[in-house]
Amino acid sequence: MAAKDVLGRRGEDLAARYLERRGLVILSRNWRCRHGEIDLVATDAKRLVVCEVKTRSDTRHGRPAEAVDARKAARIRRVTNAWLQAHRMRWVPVRFDVLAVVAGPGGPATIHHYEAAF
Amino acid sequence: MTITRAYAVALVGLEGHVVEIEAHLGHGMPRIHLLGLPDASLNEAKDRVRAAIVNSGYSWPDDSKIMLALSPAALRKTGSGFDLALACAVLGEVGTIPQGQLDGTVLLGELALDGRLRAVRGLLPCLLAARDAGLRRAVVPEAALAEAAPVEGIEVHGAARLADALSFLQGMCELRRPAPPGEDEVAEPPDLADVVGQDDARQAIEIAAAGGHHVLLVGPPGTGKTMLAQRFVGLLPRLSPPEALSLAAIRSVAGRLPVGGVLSTVPPFVAPHHSSSMAALIGGGTGIARPGAVSLAHRGVLFLDEAPEWGASLLDALRTPLEEGVVRIARADGTVQYPARFQLVLAANPCPCAPAHDRDCVCPSLVRRRYLGRLSGPLLDRVDLSARMFPVTALAAAGQGEDTATVRARVLAARAAAAERWGPLGFSTNAEVPGPVLRTRFALPRSAVRPLDAGLRSGQLTARGADRALRVAWTLADLAGRDRPDADLVEMALFFRDRRAA
Repeated sequence: MAAKDVLGRRGEDLAARYLERRGLVILSRNWRCRHGEIDLVATDAKRLVVCEVKTRSDTRHGRPAEAVDARKAARIRRVTNAWLQAHRMRWVPVRFDVLAVVAGPGGPATIHHYEAAF
Repeated sequence: MTITRAYAVALVGLEGHVVEIEAHLGHGMPRIHLLGLPDASLNEAKDRVRAAIVNSGYSWPDDSKIMLALSPAALRKTGSGFDLALACAVLGEVGTIPQGQLDGTVLLGELALDGRLRAVRGLLPCLLAARDAGLRRAVVPEAALAEAAPVEGIEVHGAARLADALSFLQGMCELRRPAPPGEDEVAEPPDLADVVGQDDARQAIEIAAAGGHHVLLVGPPGTGKTMLAQRFVGLLPRLSPPEALSLAAIRSVAGRLPVGGVLSTVPPFVAPHHSSSMAALIGGGTGIARPGAVSLAHRGVLFLDEAPEWGASLLDALRTPLEEGVVRIARADGTVQYPARFQLVLAANPCPCAPAHDRDCVCPSLVRRRYLGRLSGPLLDRVDLSARMFPVTALAAAGQGEDTATVRARVLAARAAAAERWGPLGFSTNAEVPGPVLRTRFALPRSAVRPLDAGLRSGQLTARGADRALRVAWTLADLAGRDRPDADLVEMALFFRDRRAA
C-alpha cells in the first residue's frame, strides 16, 4: 500500500469510529461501483448519511475539505444512487457529509465534520 | 446570527454608488461565496483577501462558509477596489474590528497577497460619491492620498498595508492624512512669441480662445501649425475649481491623473495620433465605457494634427460631442455619459505633397480636392474659424510677434465681457449660447445680419453656420470692446469661417 493509501485508510478508520461514537450505524465502507467509490454510508435511524472522508497529514497544501469540489459532489451523488439501487432501497432521506481529517504521522488527529455539506 | 457591514463604492462611468458589503459566517463546507454580480477581477478578490489577511498575521475563518453580499445586488460591480472593504467585513465578522468602527467609513483599495494596499483607478469620484452618500470617513491606499486631497467634507486616511488600516480601525494608531492641495507647479505652456509671422492664424486662435470656438489651421509643413496649437492652451483662462474637479474625476477614471498637481487648473491639451481608435478618441471599452480623448480634453483643447489623415468615421464621431459637450457611450453593462466640452483645433496640409510654396505643388487637382475633402462638410460646418498659414519668408525680418501674456490679457478681457452678458442666462462663453437666444433676446439689427441672410440665400451658409458666425461676431465685438457686433464684424466672422479659405 502506498503511503497516501495508508493515510486515507487511517483517516477512514478514524472517521468511522467518530461516527459510531456519535451513535450512527455504519452500513458500508468503501463501497464501489462503476461510477466510483463512496467512503462511508451510515444511518442515524432517520436518514441515510453518505460521507466523504478526506484526510491530510498537514494543512500545508490546503485544508482537506477544500478538495471536495462540485465534480466530486456530483460523483458521490451518482454513486449514492447506485448504492440505493443495489440495496433495493425505496425513497429515503439522504444527507451528504464531509469529514475532514487532519492526521499527522503518529500524532493526534483532528476531525471536522461538515453536516449536509452539499 | 450576526452580520458585519462594510462600505465601498462601485463606479459606473463617473457616477459612484455606495456598495454595502455584508459578511456572514455560516455552517457548511469552507467556501467563500461572493454575491452581487461581481466581474472576474472582483471574483478573484476572494483569493487576494484571504492571502492578504493571513499574511498580515490575522486569522482567517477556515472552517466556515463565508457569504459576502454586495448590495445593491443588481448593480454590476467591477474591479479590485473592493478588496479592503471585503477584508474588513470578514475580519469584523470574526470579531477583529468592531462594527461601530466600520459604520460611516468607506474602505477603498486593492490588496496585494502580502497585505500591501494598492491604489485603484477612479478613487476621486468614489470619494465624492461616498461623501454625497453621507459617509464621513474614508480609508484609502497611502499611495493615492494625493488624489484624495481635493475632496472636502470627508475625513480621508491613507494606509500602506492592511495591518495599518486594521490597527487604525481598532483605534490603536493614526494614519497619514492628505496634504492640503498645494498650488500646482505645472510648467507654463510655451510662449506665443516663439511663432514667427502668421498674423492670420494668430488672430484666429486669439478669437477662438476668447469665444470658445473651434479652429482649422491649414498650411504647408513647418509653418508652425503644431506650435500655434500648443500655445493655444496658454491663452485660455485657468479652470474654475468645479471644472478642475470634474476634469480630475475624468482623469481618475481613465487612470491618467498626473502625479503632481491632481487638481490642476491648467486647461488640458490632448493631441492624439491620427492612428487612434474610436475607443481611444471618443471613449469605450468592454462592459462599461472608459473616457476617451474628447473627455480628457474637457475644458481644454483637443488637437488633431494632420486632420485629413484621420479616418472619416473618427472625425465624424466628433460631431455629437462638439455640439452637445458630452458623449454618451452605450456598452453591454449600460450607458455612461462623460463630459466632453473641448475646443477643437484641426491642422492640415493643403495637399499631400505640401511644398513650402503652394505654387510648387505637383498634386493633380483631383488629389488636392480629395485631400481636404476628407474633412466632411458637417464637421467643417462646426468649425467656426479657419485660417491659412503661409511659408515663413524670413526668420529675422518678421520681428517678434506678441507674447502669450499680451494676447491672454485681451482674451481674458473679452471673456469677462461675454461672461457678464451671458451670466444671467447661465452661459460663460459665446460658443455655448444657443442659437435661439442669439436670434431673439440678443437679436442684431437687420443691417448687421444682412451678410448672413445673403449667405443663407445663396446656399453658402447653413442655418447652423449662420448661428456660429453670429457667435464669432459677438466674440469679435468683445475683443474690440464694443457692446454688440455691427455688419463689419459679421462680415469678418464670415471671412474667418469661409470654407474656401481652407
